[in-house]
Amino acid sequence: MTRPADRAMIFLGLGGLAFFGCFVDAAWLRAAAVDDDAQRLQMVAQLRLTDLALFTEARYTRHPSQADLHSAFQDHPLAIEHFPTGSLIGPPAGLQKVGAGEMKYPAAGTAP
Amino acid sequence: MKLWIEKQRYLIDFTLASLARRKARNIGLLLVYTLLVFMLASVTLYTHALRQEAARVLVASPEVVVQRMVAGRHDLIPPGYMEKIGRIRGVQTRTARLWGYYYDAVTKANYTFMVPAEDAPAKGEIVVGPALERSRGLAANNGISFRSYSGKLHTFIVAAVLPQATELVSADLVLMSEESFRAFFDYPVGHYTDIALTVANPQEVKNVALKLSAALPDARPILRDEVLRTYAAIFDWREGIVLALFSAAILAFGILAWEKASGLSAEEKREIGILKAIGWETGDVIKMKFWEGMLISLTAFLVGFVAAYVHVFHFAASMFEPVLKGWAVLYPHFQLTPHIDGVQVATLFFFTVFPYAAAVLVPIWKAAITDPDSVMRG
Amino acid sequence: MIELSGIRKAFNQGRDNEYWALDGIDLRIAANQVTALRGPSGSGKTTLLTIVGCLSRPTEGRVRLKGGDISGLPERFLTEIRRQRFGFIFQQFNLIKGLTALDNIILPGYPTGRPRHELLARAEELLVGLKLGHRRDAKVEWLSGGEQQRVAICRALINDPELVIADEPTANLDSHLAGEFMGILESLAGQGRTILLTSHDPLVVESNVVQNVVDMRDGKLIQHR
Ligand SMILES: Nc1ncnc2c1ncn2[C@@H]1O[C@H](COP(=O)(O)OP(=O)(O)O)[C@@H](O)[C@H]1O
Ligand SMILES: [Mg+2]
Repeated sequence: MTRPADRAMIFLGLGGLAFFGCFVDAAWLRAAAVDDDAQRLQMVAQLRLTDLALFTEARYTRHPSQADLHSAFQDHPLAIEHFPTGSLIGPPAGLQKVGAGEMKYPAAGTAP
Repeated sequence: MKLWIEKQRYLIDFTLASLARRKARNIGLLLVYTLLVFMLASVTLYTHALRQEAARVLVASPEVVVQRMVAGRHDLIPPGYMEKIGRIRGVQTRTARLWGYYYDAVTKANYTFMVPAEDAPAKGEIVVGPALERSRGLAANNGISFRSYSGKLHTFIVAAVLPQATELVSADLVLMSEESFRAFFDYPVGHYTDIALTVANPQEVKNVALKLSAALPDARPILRDEVLRTYAAIFDWREGIVLALFSAAILAFGILAWEKASGLSAEEKREIGILKAIGWETGDVIKMKFWEGMLISLTAFLVGFVAAYVHVFHFAASMFEPVLKGWAVLYPHFQLTPHIDGVQVATLFFFTVFPYAAAVLVPIWKAAITDPDSVMRG
Repeated sequence: MIELSGIRKAFNQGRDNEYWALDGIDLRIAANQVTALRGPSGSGKTTLLTIVGCLSRPTEGRVRLKGGDISGLPERFLTEIRRQRFGFIFQQFNLIKGLTALDNIILPGYPTGRPRHELLARAEELLVGLKLGHRRDAKVEWLSGGEQQRVAICRALINDPELVIADEPTANLDSHLAGEFMGILESLAGQGRTILLTSHDPLVVESNVVQNVVDMRDGKLIQHR
């Protein structure tokens, strides 16, 4: 006969096992992904890519790090570009440094 | 020890029985609690893994990208410009890049057209990213036409599709030969989009950038470290937005849990009196309540976390993708490699398990140290 | 078995509504006998029971258990005495709702850590002894008043106490059930247990199961028979 307490403890024990199982699974998936990682790295190196392909909605956001200060207000092929990503991604940090002397263009007011 | 275990089993039995008495209410609470942990854990697991992925993938990207600015705007690299960089010490290789964006009205998405520096496809052929394969139904040897910005229709043959494994960086790519690229965009001969520099010694990167700015006052060097930092900031920021959206839910749950856990009903107070009168020690009552808090909060944490892990790393975080990835038209399909930050998990554990356990214990303390003689009176 | 000397008990001491519920009680409760406290409502019977049963402490005076002074002991020891030596049958029965009869009965055994099968066997034996075996798995709120009281009696006996304390045990029962209770009381007395109860029910105090009757009024003893 199992008591409620024992059942609860078994349940929590299984939960704990599953919890640690997540870490084991993570390690396993990482090991399994080594090849894919290498492929990605190789492609980035070969094509000299600078960004992830996460944002493709507006033309300046695919390479946010390469966008210039005013891209956010440039024309969209169909309309004025005014996209959610534009409000999320400011210019790269390097652009926002003022006073270093080497920056010849104005600091942006478009930063989030 | 055996006695201790037996006692704890009794206390757990009792606390389970009393939880079972308000079944609907407690199960509801547990569900909400679990859901909350699930959401919080999903967000933190996902953003951490994505941040890690960006950091790991982009280590292979060029240390410095040089853009030319004209009147404060990004402009093409004119012929002869690259030669001026040549003599900066520390620069290992320099490559002029040719790339641009193309808006495809069919899928309403922007593709990245690019000319690989090495192994470029033959004239008239293209290599496409996996997202194009999906959205335009392309496969090797298919033909596809794009209308260029000048209005002319250009037809290409798909030579190959980039491997699915690289989708995170290659989803929207269209690789072509330099000749095709220049013809398609009417790109002026001898001009380039920007210049990628590799610098062997990481300590030199800052110097190279300074020297570049001195030698070419109209150049804008973009450092890889800055890009990485910006990416980290973007994901932090997005995580922040999602957490801010959740904060209302967290607060609501906090109030609910506090109310439920800390507000001791007259019925519960009476029961504590009875237990003490029939020989339970104050410590037994507190331990019993401690188990109640632990059972609920541990269950919520374990179930919520494991579900979040499966959701993020086996179901590609399907619930949060839109918010976290951005508004991507060409949605990259990729399976994140799980990188779990132990400190984050510990923080999550601490902030989800302990407040609840404490909320359960505090009022009990007060009730449990009072005299039990009240049970003798009606 | 228990000796009380100079017991006084104040409620709300030091405030405007200070009230002395017990005012100088000297009493010996004989071992292996049935003693009844009799008196009108408000005379302090329940209060005296809580002091004898270590549920509360006297404001003044001493309580001795088998010669040892227990009035100054810390809470933990009083709890242990309650658990090991006393069994309580409350006027309102005070069963825990939502639990079965069996689960209620074994509750006082939890802190002892006795193996569950032992406790269950003992509870079963007690239930059967009180002709309630068929109700063992019923939730207590489904039981009738008389059944509830018998469950409460079983619970009082689970740790095999020397002293059984019962407050107004027949107050919530009809005459028939009260008669049955007296039968149970007789058998408990027959097992050699010391019993202390309060009542103003003639059926109880005038029965010959009760050997000693102590009359109370206004927190004082008026007669010792
Ligand atoms: N917690 C309390 N606070 C104030 N007065 C109390 C308290 N408990 C009992 N009393 C008072 O003490 C007196 C004796 O009560 P009690 O012992 O219950 O009498 P009995 O059981 O003989 O009816 C009553 O007048 C009652 O109002
Ligand atoms: Mg009374």
